[in-house]
Amino acid sequence: MMLDAADISALWLTFQVASLSTLLMLMLGTPLAWWLTRTTSRWKGVCNALVALPLVLPPSVLGFYLLVLMGPHGPIGQLTTQLGLGTLPFTFGGLVVASVLYSLPFVVQPLQAAFAAIGDRPLEAAATLRAGPLDTFFNVVVPLARPGFLTATILGFAHTVGEFGVVLMVGGNIPDKTRVVSVQIYNHVEALEYGQAHWLAGGLLAFSFSVLLLMYSVLKTHPVAHQLK
Amino acid sequence: MTQTINARFLLDYGEFKFDVDLRLPGSGVTVLFGPSGSGKTTLLRCIAGLQRAPQGFLKINGKIWQDSERGVFVPTHKRSLGYVFQEASLFPHLTVAGNLQFGRKRIGKTSDAVDLQQVIELLGIDHLLARMPEGLSGGERQRVAIARALALSPEVLLMDEPLAALDSQRKQEILPFLIRLHKELNIPVLYVTHSQQEVAQLADTLVIMTEGRALASGPLAETLSRLDVPLAHDREAATVWPVTVVEHETDYHLTYVAFAGGTLSLPSIDADVGAQLRVQIYARDVSICLEAPTATSILNVLLATITGLANSHDGQTVVRLRIGTQALLAHITRKSAMLLDLQVGMGVYVQIKGTSILN
Repeated sequence: MMLDAADISALWLTFQVASLSTLLMLMLGTPLAWWLTRTTSRWKGVCNALVALPLVLPPSVLGFYLLVLMGPHGPIGQLTTQLGLGTLPFTFGGLVVASVLYSLPFVVQPLQAAFAAIGDRPLEAAATLRAGPLDTFFNVVVPLARPGFLTATILGFAHTVGEFGVVLMVGGNIPDKTRVVSVQIYNHVEALEYGQAHWLAGGLLAFSFSVLLLMYSVLKTHPVAHQLK
Repeated sequence: MTQTINARFLLDYGEFKFDVDLRLPGSGVTVLFGPSGSGKTTLLRCIAGLQRAPQGFLKINGKIWQDSERGVFVPTHKRSLGYVFQEASLFPHLTVAGNLQFGRKRIGKTSDAVDLQQVIELLGIDHLLARMPEGLSGGERQRVAIARALALSPEVLLMDEPLAALDSQRKQEILPFLIRLHKELNIPVLYVTHSQQEVAQLADTLVIMTEGRALASGPLAETLSRLDVPLAHDREAATVWPVTVVEHETDYHLTYVAFAGGTLSLPSIDADVGAQLRVQIYARDVSICLEAPTATSILNVLLATITGLANSHDGQTVVRLRIGTQALLAHITRKSAMLLDLQVGMGVYVQIKGTSILN
């Protein structure tokens, strides 16, 4: 038997966390990236730095602060308790929140680059063709930024699958609830079950490589969509 | 009711001050002419609402699009206009048909919309409809862009140097379409260019822009012949007359055309009697005699009145003349002007050595 029930459960949980997080990051990251691209606000730099912070911060630092904020004495924890949701650490919900924050730059930055590449002209052309701002966004910006959305989705998903530190801090290591693949590999290694660890680690390696390969080959063949002709 | 465009904008960028107050006819082609940096494009962008002048008033055919004193500013997408950019700016993710439909389906159902098929035929893009913009030539793209704007049935069509990005061969490919558009569709056009040739071929009304101001504005022939405008002093200075073909004299390969002050004979033109054309007369091709020349090889000798005289910097005198209601420019040497003792109000004979037909 190459994978036991606990491994399968960890794989399934990882998939759920990564899918839900990616969806949330796209919903949150799209307007955020658009605003960051278009705004002339003096807060732009601060917001850019905040979004990019997880790129350089040790995951344990982010995890630690999240744990404090979302815990029973933290402001977010008190809010969620009052809303009847209980506290988020060591739950599936907490895992998703942490993942979203941790992987957000991997979604926002490709989107920002794609939006910036579009430039002003298509937006002006759309306005002269009677399209309002939302109409323009969905019918001009989104189609033109398709390669950016593809990159953002893949990187967001893959990065969430690959995270470890934040997950361990915020989620813990609870079977079927917060034990994702990366944590499960850690458990196997701790228990000197190298065979099991190999299967999961190798699988994760193969997954990450093929996803990135797919992304780069699709982007290479994608027509230069953001150049107006 | 006569349709008009009232545009008043004030912008201050420190280095560049933009201050115009124009009243333009709401029909025909109005060309905004001037060197780069003169504010032509700024004016067009303010009219489109792509740029918001802090102080501005804009009224097009009775509708107010901007009135900064009352805080009125209609956003671009709610203005009934068509805009053609210097680069075609087609949406690369849509086919030609998709581009044409983009604006078309957003104007809602109006009974007086122009016929899309007519627009497609007018610009000769029927065979391109299924293609993607990427595969089109520059000239084809610009024709699609013009059709896309026309398909909106706009109250005004704004064109920002639509030919500037094209080589001269492509320009010649598009100009006839613009002239047809001018003749066949009743949409007022504001057309930005720095090409004198496009002015001569397209303009009904001419606005001359310089350093953020409108130096002169009025009917084409009047404005071209204004002595206070640098254009009249240019080596390529010319006037343009609208004419009608009245007769062909096949034996001599001549065509006679009527203008608002008489008749001209021209080298034979392939046009039906009654056809409306434009004749361009370069100021350097016009000479002046005090008496009727009796023996001359020049066929076009006309009686004219001098309405203005101005000395140019290079020993030239620019003479403004009137024949009937038409204005004419002549460039002669300052010495000739002195020897003939030319004065404003004098009746003289003009000899026109050459003419060119524009369309």
